[in-house]
Amino acid sequence: MEGDKKMKIMNMVNALNDAFDIELKDDKNVVIYGEDVGVEGGVFRVTEGLQKKYGKERVFDSPLAESAIVGTAVGMAAAGLRPVVEMQFSGFAYPAFNQIISHAARMRNRSRGRYQTPIVIRMPYGGGINALEHHSESMEAIYGHMPGVKVVIPSTPHDAKGLMISAIESNDTVIFMEPKRIYRAIKQEVSEDKFSIPIGKANVISSGTDITVVAYGSMVREVQKAMVLAKEAGISVELIDLRSIYPIDRDTIAASVKKTGRIVTVTESPKSFGVASEITQIVNEEAFLNLEAPPARVTGFDTIVPLPKGEHHYLISPEKIFYEIEKTVKY
Amino acid sequence: MFKEYDPIEDKMFNIIDDKGVVVNKKWMPKLSDEQIVKAYKDMLFARTADLQIVSYQRQGRIYTYPPNYGQEAIAGAVGAIMRDEDWLVPAFREMGAYLAKGVTLKEIFLYFMGYEDGSLFKGAKNILPMSVPIASQYLHAAGIGYEIKYNKKDQVVYAFVGDGGTSEGDFHEALNFAGVWNVPVVFIVQNNQYGISTPFKVQTASKNIAIKSVAYGIEGIKVDGNDYFAMYAAVENVTKLAKEGKGPFLIEAVTYRKGAHTTSDDPTKYRTKEEEEDWDKKDPLDRLRAFLIAKKLWTVKEEEKLVSQYKKEVDRQFEEAENYPAYPLDDAFQFLYEEMPDDLKKQKFEHEKFLQWKETRK
Repeated sequence: MEGDKKMKIMNMVNALNDAFDIELKDDKNVVIYGEDVGVEGGVFRVTEGLQKKYGKERVFDSPLAESAIVGTAVGMAAAGLRPVVEMQFSGFAYPAFNQIISHAARMRNRSRGRYQTPIVIRMPYGGGINALEHHSESMEAIYGHMPGVKVVIPSTPHDAKGLMISAIESNDTVIFMEPKRIYRAIKQEVSEDKFSIPIGKANVISSGTDITVVAYGSMVREVQKAMVLAKEAGISVELIDLRSIYPIDRDTIAASVKKTGRIVTVTESPKSFGVASEITQIVNEEAFLNLEAPPARVTGFDTIVPLPKGEHHYLISPEKIFYEIEKTVKY
Repeated sequence: MFKEYDPIEDKMFNIIDDKGVVVNKKWMPKLSDEQIVKAYKDMLFARTADLQIVSYQRQGRIYTYPPNYGQEAIAGAVGAIMRDEDWLVPAFREMGAYLAKGVTLKEIFLYFMGYEDGSLFKGAKNILPMSVPIASQYLHAAGIGYEIKYNKKDQVVYAFVGDGGTSEGDFHEALNFAGVWNVPVVFIVQNNQYGISTPFKVQTASKNIAIKSVAYGIEGIKVDGNDYFAMYAAVENVTKLAKEGKGPFLIEAVTYRKGAHTTSDDPTKYRTKEEEEDWDKKDPLDRLRAFLIAKKLWTVKEEEKLVSQYKKEVDRQFEEAENYPAYPLDDAFQFLYEEMPDDLKKQKFEHEKFLQWKETRK
């Protein structure tokens, strides 16, 4: 929790860097590696300056192979280190999938608790940055479906720092998805002290009475823009930021829907088999009789994210969120 | 050693011939008579257990099992050199190395009877559980190697894979990372000529596996894996070099899987009797036994007596495993996370409610 408040204006890149700095300083077992994370500080500069400060043994560039980056982290972690590894973009993490699902996620289970894999697998995700193919997708649901890992997605610099500190100190493997679209777009005061935010607890950003909106990552800011439109229309929105999609905070979602009777979930990922579908079912199980309207979702399509000239078709606008909010309230 | 047995020239390192006669005195390891007899006994124990397990499986008392039959010298040599503090990163066909680490047969039985508890390895230090996704464990070995170097520990990692595994990307990525990091890992490939039914020639166009080390800037050697002394000398040599910080090494151990891939496999579909008989002449136990008998360190009678003792011991541990307590529901849930997430608690609770309901219907 937040201690002596020495506050500083940070964006998410600064906040993550600060979390690494604190953990590298506090625990000699923490090592950071991946493609271009050492000398250059990563393509988004999230690890900038850390190699200079902590040396090439602790912050280093690895050869270009995602499976090997995660696979070697499994070995390091079983032997006692706490590796923080970077997948340069989530769209390039698939070669590592086998190491994540077959080993990082199940080493403790397979060894009946003898070995654990305290690994943080970082991956920038999501669209809206006019990028090349494979650089814009939001495939968090595939990790949420995977027994044995936690999946964390921050929406602000403050949360990014506190959640990253929790992730590094967790003895479970954490998939840490970073909404690259808001890496630098949001600035806020963040404590320079060490603080942590528990993984698995959602954050009620603003309370309201007419409808619950659940989002995470870069979609939180889009919902906040939609809330301006909702306010003009006289609709009171309760905004929940999930912070992690697994564990998912059923209680906070259920309590909110019991109060509002309506819910819209906003995700940037393909529509089918996603986090929004899961939340709809949680609401069905926990608050079915409180519902005044069918649970709704605003998501991407079951398509490939188009290249930049077509990406606006896919991306979720505040208007589209408001459209769904209003429809659900008027149902 | 690496220059003398250059894999580019497809040379194979061996010390005894098929009759157990030393043909390469220069590299004969300095082992006492007792050490050699112990090595033979360990291999004999592993073989006895292995053959017993196949018969248990035929009786329906154990599930699918991958036999070691014919490959015992490789794990035997590694087991004789590996210390408690060294790491073993196994695949699933090196029983002798598991046993040398302190894994019990009972644990091996439990695993193949369907208990994760068989991977607990209570009495064994620094050994990862069996890895089924082929070659994926090679990367873990490279990562452990990094930890050893990072913390300046006096340890070596021994990692196993089969010839089929050398086609996997993880095999190559592991050699590459370990080479770049210069970590103390001994990568051992048991080239038993088949990946299930697929012969070595269909696996790679390389003339051997050891040659693949060249591309990664590390040393590699092709060894007669059915020659205990050659395996011992090679592993001893690379272990010494790895401890001196000379990096990772690749050992190709040429052998033959005399049994099936697993108890579900039928080798008559893809290989000939003649081929099997040719390899029978190179059996690792036959060769070491011939050496021992020539030196008057062993008799057939002694072996018969020992095998019947071993069989009793194998049966005893098997029966212990058969009487293992039932698998509780908790065990399916409790090891996924350090603290069980609420969702899992709820799923377990709901299933327990169903079980209670089921009870009331009886």
